[in-house]
Amino acid sequence: MRSGSKRVRPNHDDPPVPTSSNHSGLPRSSKTPSPMRTYFKRLGLMALAMGLLLLLAVPNANLAQTTDDKSQAPSKPTIEPVTPANAQVMEAGMLADDNPPPTASTADHSKFPILQQDFQSGPEVTAACLTCHTNAAKQLMKTSHWTWICPRARQELEDKQGREVGKGEHIINNFCIALGANEPRCTSCHAGYGWEDKNFDFTNETLVDCLVCHDTTKSYKKFPVSAGHPVYAKDFPKGREWPKGSGKIWPPADLKNIALNVGKPSRHNCGTCHFFGGGGEGVKHGDMDVSLAMPHEGVDVHMNAAGLDFKCTQCHTTMAHQVSGRCFTIPALEEKEFALMGHESNKLLACESCHGELPHENKKLNDHTDRVSCQTCHIPTMARERPTKMWWDWSKAGEKSPQGKPMVKKGDVKGATVSTYDTKKGEFIWVMNETPEYIWFNGKMKHTFIGDVIDDQTPASQVPGVMKGRFDNLDMSKPIVRINIPGGDATDPEARITPVKIHRGKQVYDKKRKILAVPKLFPSGEKKGEAYWKSYDWDRAIVAGMDYIGQEYSGEYDFIQTEMVWPLAHMVPTAKDAVSCAECHTDNGRLASIQGVYMPGRDRNPIIDYVGWGLVLLTLVGAMFHGLIRMVTGNKHASQSQSEKQEADQ
Amino acid sequence: MKKVMVYKRFERFWHWLQALLIILLALTGFDIHYPQITIFDFATAHLIHKFCAWAFIVLVAFAIFWHFTTGEWRQYIPTKQYVGDMVQFYLVGIFKNAPHPVKKTLLSKLNPLQRLVYLGLKILIIPVMVTTGLMLIFYNELIAAGYGISLGVLATIHTIGALTLMVFLAGHIYLITTGHTPASNLKAMITGYEELEEDDELPNPKTV
Repeated sequence: MRSGSKRVRPNHDDPPVPTSSNHSGLPRSSKTPSPMRTYFKRLGLMALAMGLLLLLAVPNANLAQTTDDKSQAPSKPTIEPVTPANAQVMEAGMLADDNPPPTASTADHSKFPILQQDFQSGPEVTAACLTCHTNAAKQLMKTSHWTWICPRARQELEDKQGREVGKGEHIINNFCIALGANEPRCTSCHAGYGWEDKNFDFTNETLVDCLVCHDTTKSYKKFPVSAGHPVYAKDFPKGREWPKGSGKIWPPADLKNIALNVGKPSRHNCGTCHFFGGGGEGVKHGDMDVSLAMPHEGVDVHMNAAGLDFKCTQCHTTMAHQVSGRCFTIPALEEKEFALMGHESNKLLACESCHGELPHENKKLNDHTDRVSCQTCHIPTMARERPTKMWWDWSKAGEKSPQGKPMVKKGDVKGATVSTYDTKKGEFIWVMNETPEYIWFNGKMKHTFIGDVIDDQTPASQVPGVMKGRFDNLDMSKPIVRINIPGGDATDPEARITPVKIHRGKQVYDKKRKILAVPKLFPSGEKKGEAYWKSYDWDRAIVAGMDYIGQEYSGEYDFIQTEMVWPLAHMVPTAKDAVSCAECHTDNGRLASIQGVYMPGRDRNPIIDYVGWGLVLLTLVGAMFHGLIRMVTGNKHASQSQSEKQEADQ
Repeated sequence: MKKVMVYKRFERFWHWLQALLIILLALTGFDIHYPQITIFDFATAHLIHKFCAWAFIVLVAFAIFWHFTTGEWRQYIPTKQYVGDMVQFYLVGIFKNAPHPVKKTLLSKLNPLQRLVYLGLKILIIPVMVTTGLMLIFYNELIAAGYGISLGVLATIHTIGALTLMVFLAGHIYLITTGHTPASNLKAMITGYEELEEDDELPNPKTV
């Protein structure tokens, strides 16, 4: 009996229906009979009979079971012993496994003659792609991946303020400041080839980079300072070193092999740029880094490589190369559509698209969803496994080593190595696995654009919405410029409490014209020598940068504190890791700075509480005195024996 | 003196269950209100609080039914008669072994002060607590239906009610010791029986 039950047990932990994955772990037969075994045999015979009946009725009954989708693998195990009936099903499943499942695509790119070339450059590959995918470049050229202009913002802002908005135009940040005059470095993440300066031809279809998004070999890498080109064998047959002096060699891209193996974008494809926003891993985003390439469920339950294994495009639904998502002033989602099977839409980005608006079993949790974003509870910490940058002080840049050379100082954040100082860039503070900040946010952002007049007088402490973070050197007595200003407050029905990373720092501005300055940082083009990373002279760098973008510069610069808000939306771990009630419903909790809502446990009226408990105390003290007097005066109500005595007397 | 059934079975059941629920509601309620109180974690406190709240509402519904079907509601008709005497008794008389100014009878088992206080609980404090409590449970539905009520105002009224009940509880627990003997009132509420005086000399507020 014992051995029998022991043998059957492992099966209980495995899904009974085989999947396309390995099922060698399933026990199939036993040589030693046992009472349990005979019981199962009998059960099996019955099941077999039933199965035959079913087969007669529904010819495809067990086929339907075997073609079970892989995504259903982690379904709840049911207690079902191995019986001849389901063993048969299993065998059918294994047979099915021997024939590889059909690929999702109807085309095998390795069989296309046009791709059998020794491509010398990226644009040559693109030209080949376009022979079949005739509209692909036309589609891509309409997206912000190509224009670096937010398509909606273009329509909305052009009339009102006469400008287009995007990385490509008018946008300034507090990382490497702005694109203008620094193109070859920045555009290493452009979905194109050769955006070296403002003369780039945005209408040339062969300059679209298909491979950065469609490479499946993971070997295609755009060289960091080549305006979007990878390393070509014709130029650098043995590869190219970067960063200079690091000894790290970037091998030439095997364009033919890459072209023969194109496919749908994976997390890796999106990650080659988006994990490294700001010029390095985790610099910009507090919720996107290399840990999302192959995450476990503690990093992201949806992308969990061993589980649901979502690609980025599962949520960032894409139609005609238009990837859904935020762009600057425009929210990631204004309209939320419910995800229906087979329904194609660009509006399925919301958690609600799949989970609905009442996703919890607990009513009180559902009652939160109108004012608290999903992220607030379900992204308990930012930068969970890799550090993110919180403070960037450009004013400290320029300090050289005792040998008079540019230097980089390294530091440690919870075991991860980070650079804390760089002569080229200044001082940094990084964090890992820390609580985010929380704000009211309706999805809309206002921006301080290049050329907008800033306030360099009002101290940060008096600027609405500005707080000092736990991980920066912000001086609240000095002025601050809010580079982007998230919209919404408690009175805005569209606004919800949202976790954000706020990146603070100091950067250059024109002291007289009161505008943020765009310095030339990266040495490229004719004015190579003026770049800050060559000259270490802010004045020369600002002159070159402002001249390039067509802005006037008074000649007087200074540093000013700035902050930039980065809403967190990624890195949702399993529900058990969600923020618990008491982390917010408490004094000085996560939401201590959130105004305009009453939160039990955080908020109370101290006067009412003092008066109330004061009255309780008075009553107790009064009762004590009253009782004492009763005892002292020998009141008959006060002592049982006495009253009994009196009763006896009567 | 005669042993009489003063508090009937349902009345005692109602009283003690209500007492238990109010104490549990207070414990969990203040646990939610003050993060310093950590008897339960927040979610558990909320769960128990909500469960007890619904239990309380069901109990109150039965109690209302009982009061009307038995006519016991008449016990709570307020009277100004002898209120002054009652106050004087608690302030002076009780220390001098003066007789209780109001006779306890089956038809009038509550003294004028009890009548006022219990009636206050029944028609003011408990309805306010139940109403604000329900409004807090269904806050989102209220807002969705267009009743824009501040959560803070609701919570504050609920807190005031809770603190009032705490004042009542403190006074009530002491005052039960002021019967014939310190334990006689408690015994009566447990067993139902109490010894009542038989003579009719002591004044007795009118009962309808």
